[in-house]
Amino acid sequence: MIWYTGKRLLQMIPVFFGATLLIYFMVFSLPGDPIAALYGDRPPAPGVVEQIRAQYNLDKPFIVQYLIYIGNFFQGDLGTTYSGRPVSDVMAKAFPITARLALLALAIEAFFGILVGLVAGLRKGKLFDTSALVVSLLLISVPTFVIGFVLQYVFAVQLGWARTTVSSEAPLSELLLPALVLASVSFAYIVRLTRASVSDNLNADFVRTATAKGLSRRRVVGVHVLRNSLVPVVTFLGVDLGSLMVGAIVTEGIFNINGVGGTVYKAIKLGEGPTVVSFIAVMVVIFVLANLLVDLLYAALDPRIRYAK
Amino acid sequence: MKIRRLGIPAIALAAAGALVLSGCAGGDTPAEGGNASIITTNGSEPQNPIIPTNTTETGGGKIATSIFAGLVSYTAEGEIENEVAKSIESDDSQNWTVTLNDGWEFTNGEAVTADSFVDAWTYGATFSNAQGASYFFDNIAGFDPEADAELTGLKVVDDTTFTVELASPEADWPLRLGYTAFMPLPSVAYDDMEAFGQDPIGNGPYMLDGEGAWENEVGIDLVTNPDYDGVRKPANGGLSIVFYASQDAAYADVQGGNLDVLDAVPDAAFETYESDFPDRFVNQPAAIFQGFNMPYYLEHWSGEEGKLRRAAISMSIDRKEITDVIFQGTRTPATDFTSPVIDGYSDSLKGSEVLEFNPEEAKAKWAEADAIAPYTGTFDLAYNSDGGHAAWVDAVTNSIKNTLGIEAVGKPYPTFAAALEDRSADKLTGGTRAGWQGDYPSLYNFLAPLYQTGAGSNYEDYASPEFDALLKEGASASSVEDATKKYQEAQELLLVDLPTIPLWYSNVTGVWSDKVDNVVYGWDSVPLYTDITKSE
Repeated sequence: MIWYTGKRLLQMIPVFFGATLLIYFMVFSLPGDPIAALYGDRPPAPGVVEQIRAQYNLDKPFIVQYLIYIGNFFQGDLGTTYSGRPVSDVMAKAFPITARLALLALAIEAFFGILVGLVAGLRKGKLFDTSALVVSLLLISVPTFVIGFVLQYVFAVQLGWARTTVSSEAPLSELLLPALVLASVSFAYIVRLTRASVSDNLNADFVRTATAKGLSRRRVVGVHVLRNSLVPVVTFLGVDLGSLMVGAIVTEGIFNINGVGGTVYKAIKLGEGPTVVSFIAVMVVIFVLANLLVDLLYAALDPRIRYAK
Repeated sequence: MKIRRLGIPAIALAAAGALVLSGCAGGDTPAEGGNASIITTNGSEPQNPIIPTNTTETGGGKIATSIFAGLVSYTAEGEIENEVAKSIESDDSQNWTVTLNDGWEFTNGEAVTADSFVDAWTYGATFSNAQGASYFFDNIAGFDPEADAELTGLKVVDDTTFTVELASPEADWPLRLGYTAFMPLPSVAYDDMEAFGQDPIGNGPYMLDGEGAWENEVGIDLVTNPDYDGVRKPANGGLSIVFYASQDAAYADVQGGNLDVLDAVPDAAFETYESDFPDRFVNQPAAIFQGFNMPYYLEHWSGEEGKLRRAAISMSIDRKEITDVIFQGTRTPATDFTSPVIDGYSDSLKGSEVLEFNPEEAKAKWAEADAIAPYTGTFDLAYNSDGGHAAWVDAVTNSIKNTLGIEAVGKPYPTFAAALEDRSADKLTGGTRAGWQGDYPSLYNFLAPLYQTGAGSNYEDYASPEFDALLKEGASASSVEDATKKYQEAQELLLVDLPTIPLWYSNVTGVWSDKVDNVVYGWDSVPLYTDITKSE
């Protein structure tokens, strides 16, 4: 397994270069001059734009820009934003808050999703199962921003139980509401995945064997059914962590959270190559690690899966 | 045995998660209640460090005007009041003598002298400093837009006096002196301008609340400057500007009691803000002009035919209906090329009936133009789709389509940069959205940068010697009244030529919480923060 892990980690190197090159090229290819656009309807005196373009190396060909970026990258310099802030500072602010939000959402959706899905799967066709299906269908079909605005209006504006937006310290109590919004859709998917998988496994041979051996219902469900049912759920969670990290733009906007999604969105709009690429590079690493973790968890969950040397 | 293989990773994972969650949340929360009279308001992260001559957008501008005091400042109505200046005088509108009041100091104790202004302006005008607002100094003798040059027009007489020689006379030159670009700088700024901009030292009604007052992307905390003794003396203890990526979040914060004053109601709340905040809202015209331009390089849109078509298009748009339906009355239909908050605005210029909805006349003019050269193809109107323009562009093109019976559609560009690229390169295939927010409250500022031959924002290449001559006469007029008359005549020419089709003025829409009083919005859409009082 160590051998396997090492191999997977080594694979990150080409993925890193490929992804950064591709993303840098995409930002480079965005139409328009990002510096001229900074000034809106009133262009500065002639020459000002050229000087600033030169300062950010935007006057050089694409491959030179990329090599300068990569060269600086390995010296620990991620470049600066168009407002002159080091990208590393921006990352140091955006990632912790997003990581907390994403992990909180992940914990909520995993815990409640698996719990509800398990019960629904065990009582297939009963009232609880039917209501779980209806609720999950509802959550999947209502857009996130509607859920976000409604929860914000009801719990923060009307009832005053929570703060409307998240303050700069972003304690967990304030992140709870946005995390609920973020978790809502994935929660619905997890309920459905768990339910389907549990009801499948209930009829599996190894469950019948376990029951025949005289194991208690608790043990059959907890050890044999649930554990094997978690394989698809864990796969989903691994991918979801990535999308929660970078795809929370809407929720971040509603609750004024200054996280990864909003920062990358703004940087793409401004055409800030170094910012976009640095963020995406970290995202790529997170994705790769999350996938590796998922693959390792498979082995832990399903005794039939083994990683050979 | 088997269960342990699930157990250990699961427990480890849970523990790691808990560590990350709790570890990161370990930041200290400030004590509540210690900020009795601090006004909180919305803002946005400044695009650049706060260097007055490089602050040309509203996010940074709001901060710069709060922490700096220039020669003059603006009242709510856009009139100037002397601040650091004791007098600004000229006999010929070209050679100005500026006298300063005694006793002004920067918050680091340095006295505000003639040098504080002259050095700051020189820095801003110097080519190699690449300051965004450098063109504000272009009328000072010696200014060179393409190389470093000495501003020979600026001369320091003594500590409290300096003279300014303009390249050409400008009767309302003092009007622009309240703009951020003309603020003074302490000498420490020149040691490291970038660093100064992160932690600026000013002489205004507010100052930064110590180290770390400006938290990037989050907000900036200002407190009153105890030594400030100008016309904007704060009636509160400070100003905390919270940066928002979305106005919807800011609006929710006012509703939820986390924000005192908001100066931009989001589109989504246009229908409800008046009932959400009875007696605590504002909706008044601001110094923002919006229209769309027809490029002169397009076939059918120049010469006599072009004039007819421009007038026909203008008269085929039902501005009143669009501002009522799409904007819920948060725009005011245009009657000239400036703004109702600017001294000299007029709703009765000769020829302004071309801005009224008149389908018959529009059809007649269009037919007249067709007699010169028949029009074929589709009329399109370019806009950037990331700026919330789609709704009104569709309404305008529909109005044109229904009145004139031609195909008219919006042409979205993904970003402002993409739209600007085609606009600068003369590659448009039709009209383009155009807008202007006044930098300082003067008719000249709404006309010269946009329609003067070769001017910076005259992208569509309008050129009219008569118009240029009237602008020049206005600028060199001996009194502001005479200047206004000339500027209005110049606009009457524009109403005939229609280089831009005026649509409406954007209003400032704002709401405030019941904790604050005395909230007045200025000509520039920014609340006069210093006058606001707050009770807990």
